[in-house]
Amino acid sequence: MTVLASIDLQTLGDAFGLGAIYALMAVGIGLVFGVLRLVNFAYGQLIMAGAYTLAYTSGWPVAASVVSCFAVVVALSLAMDRLVFRPLRGSSPAVMLVTTFAVAFLLQAVALIIDLRDGQLGEVASSIAPLNQAVSVGGVDVRKVTFVAVGVAVGALIALALVLARTTIGLHTRAAATDFRTARLLGVRANRVIAFAVVVSGLLAGAVAVLLTVQNPFVQPDFALEDTIVVLVGVVVGGIDRLWTATLGGFAIGFVSVLVNAALPTDKTVFLPSVVYALVIVVLLLRPAGLFAWGRRATMERV
Amino acid sequence: MNLRLALAAVIELLGPVLLVVLVGLVSTTASASNEVYFLNALVSVAIVVAIYVFVGISGVISFGQISFVAVGAFAAGVMTVPVASKKGVLTSIFPLLRDHSVSNVESLLLAAALGGLFAFLVGLPLMRLSGLAAGIATFAVLEITHNILQEWTKIGPGATTLALVPETTGALQATLGALVAIVVAFFYQRSRRGRLLRASREDPAVARSVGVNIHLERLVAFTLSGALAGFAGALYVHLLGSITTEQVYLELTFLTLAMLVVGGLTSLWGAVIGALAVSGLDSFLSRAESGVHVIFTLNLWQGTRLVFLSAIMALVLILRPSGLTGGREFRLPRRLLRGRG
Repeated sequence: MTVLASIDLQTLGDAFGLGAIYALMAVGIGLVFGVLRLVNFAYGQLIMAGAYTLAYTSGWPVAASVVSCFAVVVALSLAMDRLVFRPLRGSSPAVMLVTTFAVAFLLQAVALIIDLRDGQLGEVASSIAPLNQAVSVGGVDVRKVTFVAVGVAVGALIALALVLARTTIGLHTRAAATDFRTARLLGVRANRVIAFAVVVSGLLAGAVAVLLTVQNPFVQPDFALEDTIVVLVGVVVGGIDRLWTATLGGFAIGFVSVLVNAALPTDKTVFLPSVVYALVIVVLLLRPAGLFAWGRRATMERV
Repeated sequence: MNLRLALAAVIELLGPVLLVVLVGLVSTTASASNEVYFLNALVSVAIVVAIYVFVGISGVISFGQISFVAVGAFAAGVMTVPVASKKGVLTSIFPLLRDHSVSNVESLLLAAALGGLFAFLVGLPLMRLSGLAAGIATFAVLEITHNILQEWTKIGPGATTLALVPETTGALQATLGALVAIVVAFFYQRSRRGRLLRASREDPAVARSVGVNIHLERLVAFTLSGALAGFAGALYVHLLGSITTEQVYLELTFLTLAMLVVGGLTSLWGAVIGALAVSGLDSFLSRAESGVHVIFTLNLWQGTRLVFLSAIMALVLILRPSGLTGGREFRLPRRLLRGRG
């Protein structure tokens, strides 16, 4: 009985840890979607770039390594906006999405070339690995990084909520996310709002890079690719039209995957993706506007 | 019908058809090591046209069409491996599948039927969705299909390679296969149903108000697209001779969607041009990457092919968001037509 209880608590800990990281990614994707109406598939490659930076600066002091990770990711995020997103503004959603596929492949291929200079695929980011050690809480082993992940997620979300609610740039961002054209007519500066969203989204990608490399220090060109895909799914399932529903969606898909994985019999865990994606389909059919999009009826265009 | 319109329609079909025939003819003159690139391009045309039939005409994004390619490829593959060798390689498969084999043409038809049936069953609930929800739900179908094909060893090779498939997709079959896809897509998009679906793409509210049953029309296109995709999958497996589930998964999904968008999402001509242009560029770059003399000798690092390919695709989309063809069907330059009155 106690064994069962402890496993459940441990699973819960893991579920919260993964959910927290996915929530951070969901905010990063949701913010950019809010102002640009663009689903950024290349978000995972920002995280990958951050992870490589951590790997290549492993010899540096931890603080310097982390700061350079953030710097690289934010710079790349801004470059992506300037070179790709800005020329694409106003294109159809399909074109924007496919262009970000191309950007994702491009960054992945560049990473492959850089990585293969030493003749071996993959680099190790080890400087922050001690966070992966477990601490015992009430008889349950929880990795330190789980606390850090949940802490960072909660902290970042509160900070972002305050910025969005209390500052001018936050007000402008909310206005732009609601109706970009009207917001511009009323004097909101498009480029500033977008730059704000892109920088915050980059900072979040940097944080996710740090958290993910703690759990999986072996960095390859497809680092975080799978996570990004899962988060994109979660964001749409939660409701991409609003930042909070998108964030909850990201959290939920991470949380639920861990729980379903624990609930499946051991010889059936290989079918985890099928179960999770079947749930995704059911939720989308029942609530196409988003699982958490309560109280807002889908608006139908009237002629 | 007005003679001029009829002529325009014939030309609209002849453009892609002649281009595909030309590629097929060129492939017969190429060396054996080069031929596979041309055949690959032709199979890509079949896959991209299949995707176009749903995504292009309905305007609903789907990441799921490669699931039907996968089902077609594995069905055709498993059913054409000779019975004698099947017992050795596919040990845990259902006896019914193990003890029977079908001919090449039968396997193509079987793949089309299965692809269509699967698409119909999936589409029945899913076609109520549109926008991003439809994209994610169809993506979920791709994930589930891939997961089951990879783990359920009673219906196929599971995570191992399916080998010993007869390599019957030569120049003739690849060309004919691409032509079948093009002709089916052409007649569908000019049919009443195709036009109704196109109307719903341009303005769903107006289409509904004049009585278009959008759910039904999308389901028809989805099923037809699934059948063509299954058929293309069979061509693909008979080209490769061996296949793994990874080859009909994410990368192929992104690459074929990119081909469609690069060519021009809203026209059949765009689907054909996009498939040929991107796979042509890809072949050129992979020849160059392996240091072979192509026009001039390039010796590129591993990975450079993907850098160039994705950079060029991104550039095309940024500079010409409506694709290389601008989303228009094939037509002769105006000057030529004016001469004929």
